[in-house]
Amino acid sequence: MNWKNAFSTSIGKKILVGGTGLFLILFLVVHCYVNAMIFWPDEPGETGKHFTEAAAFMGGNVAIRIMEIGLFAGLIIHIVQGLLLWSQNSKRRPVRYEVSAGNNTSRWYSRSMGLLGTLILLFLILHLYHFWAPNRYGQAFDAAWREEDLYEKMVKVFSQMWVVVVYVLGCVSLAWHLMHGFFSAFQTFGLTTHRYKATIKSVGVAFSILIPLIFAAMPVYLHFIGSSGH
Amino acid sequence: MQHYNMNLTLKVWRQRSNKVKGHFESFQVKNISSEMSFLEMFDVLNEQLVAEGKDPIAFDHDCREGICGMCSMYINGRAHGPWTQNTTCQLHMREYKDGDTIVVEPWRAESFPVIRDLVVDRSAFDRIIGAGGYVSVNTGNAVDANSLPIEKQKADEAFAAASCIGCGACVAACPNASAMLFVSAKIAHLALLPQGEPERKNRAVNMIQQMDTEGFGSCTNIGACEAECPKGISLENIARLNREYVGAIFSGSNNG
Repeated sequence: MNWKNAFSTSIGKKILVGGTGLFLILFLVVHCYVNAMIFWPDEPGETGKHFTEAAAFMGGNVAIRIMEIGLFAGLIIHIVQGLLLWSQNSKRRPVRYEVSAGNNTSRWYSRSMGLLGTLILLFLILHLYHFWAPNRYGQAFDAAWREEDLYEKMVKVFSQMWVVVVYVLGCVSLAWHLMHGFFSAFQTFGLTTHRYKATIKSVGVAFSILIPLIFAAMPVYLHFIGSSGH
Repeated sequence: MQHYNMNLTLKVWRQRSNKVKGHFESFQVKNISSEMSFLEMFDVLNEQLVAEGKDPIAFDHDCREGICGMCSMYINGRAHGPWTQNTTCQLHMREYKDGDTIVVEPWRAESFPVIRDLVVDRSAFDRIIGAGGYVSVNTGNAVDANSLPIEKQKADEAFAAASCIGCGACVAACPNASAMLFVSAKIAHLALLPQGEPERKNRAVNMIQQMDTEGFGSCTNIGACEAECPKGISLENIARLNREYVGAIFSGSNNG
């Protein structure tokens, strides 16, 4: 079986979605770690120094910038392949059931990955528009290779209440998406054997709650507490 | 449990063939004993319909003891009804009480076209088996069982996978109409045993390709199949199938 065929079977497509999903999970860890620097208490006279240093390192590092291309490629494959699977699968039952099993046999979030993913995508567009795009634009087109002050930008963006609400909802969608996605990715690679199944499930639940919770705390913190000095 | 009789309203899917559209038809059945099986209740209804000069409802059944995989009703939103690890023929009327309404539908999937009423064509499963769900042994006598030692744990897992009766409840229950639980049970059963070893990689690839050709949906690890399987086939078989597939594509099977 050649490589093209290997990834075009139903399991091959799953491997693409699951594999990119695992990669995105790793990205979330790094992203969360760097951004959580905003919670590091400042010395007198400093504002968000630790975060700014970490962000400058990430923004200026060549290796990280190259990995960013991989990140976008992974993201696009995950989205396109995921949505394709969703639309193809929805056509496999042309006549719907009159009475559906609903939550008796499966979890709502497992059945709603397409919807949850779409919500995350909408949030992501806003998120990239807020932080990523202006920063890269400044780096690319500003003669002085201007790096945005991302801490200041966060404080400014999160001073708007509607933005905080949208970000928290984005994190909630992410949490439910991960609640299925984390275990599902391991299952796709066949790693959920009898020996590891329970561990992967528990770690998945903990991860799905913890990471989005830390992310959601950022806009909330900056809106209500952290920005009070500005 | 106290025996009792009940009157029920049945809302049953009627469809003359896969060429025409189906619809629901309501029936009243009276004096159904709580000791009856669900299919016996349908026998009573059909006798009533025949006596009235109407067409009886077509439904699949054979052994009526939960081992053949022929019965296939989607009852009030549940494949094989509400009991766990149970087939329709083993569902008993003591589950219901007087005055209940029961909605009965066929397995619904693109790959399981309706033949008539509640009978669907599950020959797609046969074609998947035909694509590799066997061991090619062309000559010779059966060897002595003791000459092929098999680890107890593997034998148990293979046996658990082999208990799949191919009824199609996994497809019926899956929101994607995926046949992965069925295919995984067949592949796991043979992959675990030394007899299945030589054809292991080709088998995985061929059966999966046939599964896709038949138009089943893709597995998204939802788990409704496992919840509804009358034989308790575990999702661990799907994990094994995924491993078999990854192993086959990375090592290169014979077909390319």
